[in-house]
Amino acid sequence: MKRFALFWWNFLVGDDWLVAVGIAVAFGLTALLAATSVPAWWLLPLAVAAVLWTSLRRAAR
Amino acid sequence: MIEALTIVLAMGVTRGWRSTLVGTTAALLALAAIVAALGPALTVIPIETLRLIVGALLLVFGLQWLRKAILRASGWRALRDEDAAFARAAAKARDAAHEERAGLDWYAFTISFKGVLLEGLEVAFIVITFGSAQGSIPLAAAGAGAAALIVVVAGTIARGPLSRVPENTLAFGVGVLLTTFGIFWGAEGAGVEWPGGDAALPGVLGFVLIMSVGFVTALQRRRPATA
Repeated sequence: MKRFALFWWNFLVGDDWLVAVGIAVAFGLTALLAATSVPAWWLLPLAVAAVLWTSLRRAAR
Repeated sequence: MIEALTIVLAMGVTRGWRSTLVGTTAALLALAAIVAALGPALTVIPIETLRLIVGALLLVFGLQWLRKAILRASGWRALRDEDAAFARAAAKARDAAHEERAGLDWYAFTISFKGVLLEGLEVAFIVITFGSAQGSIPLAAAGAGAAALIVVVAGTIARGPLSRVPENTLAFGVGVLLTTFGIFWGAEGAGVEWPGGDAALPGVLGFVLIMSVGFVTALQRRRPATA
């Protein structure tokens, strides 16, 4: 059971949990902004760039 | 797929082909069953929710691929060496005890099965997500099947691990594409309207590509000088 859970964790989360959490937060913020009258299309690409760069900097130390 | 081929080749060469191919075939059938079972199940989900799920999955997979490829391209992580991976798997296979179950060399069967199933699971999910988002899982499955066939034919011709394939370049390209579609469909699923509709997709692709190349360059500059 533990190995099964570990497999799915590695499969979906991968090497850095920060990426998965960052993406989940980014989707939430995008959905909130999209519900207003403000254009929201720019938020997810920028959030992806920020999350990826943060994760890369953590790995490249 | 290349990693799976390396495992299958190492098992076949060291432990014999019969059990290896039975394990490989069983894994491929399991993957086909997963696609056949999950594909139709996804079609009953409303399109906006489906795009959100598909986008999130593609983004998670895409960023995993892209992160690894950027770290390798910038020199922060070693490139995968298929020759070394083949040698490691072959050495382990030679040392493993022979245990026969159901008329099969159990080691060769289980390692081939696990290798193909685990490496193929990500491909199966990509087929399901792309196929369901575009309404054609059979077409997506055919594309994945064609890619698998190319890898098998190349491996057969090479009669060894595919060490000359520019694996990191392929991983970089796949990561860029998965991330692009993940952003595009995921944002739509979250309620975003893209300027210009589907015409915005090339713009997202360009953004992800420039961002990724920029990150490679930035990380290369951050590397400490080696003697």
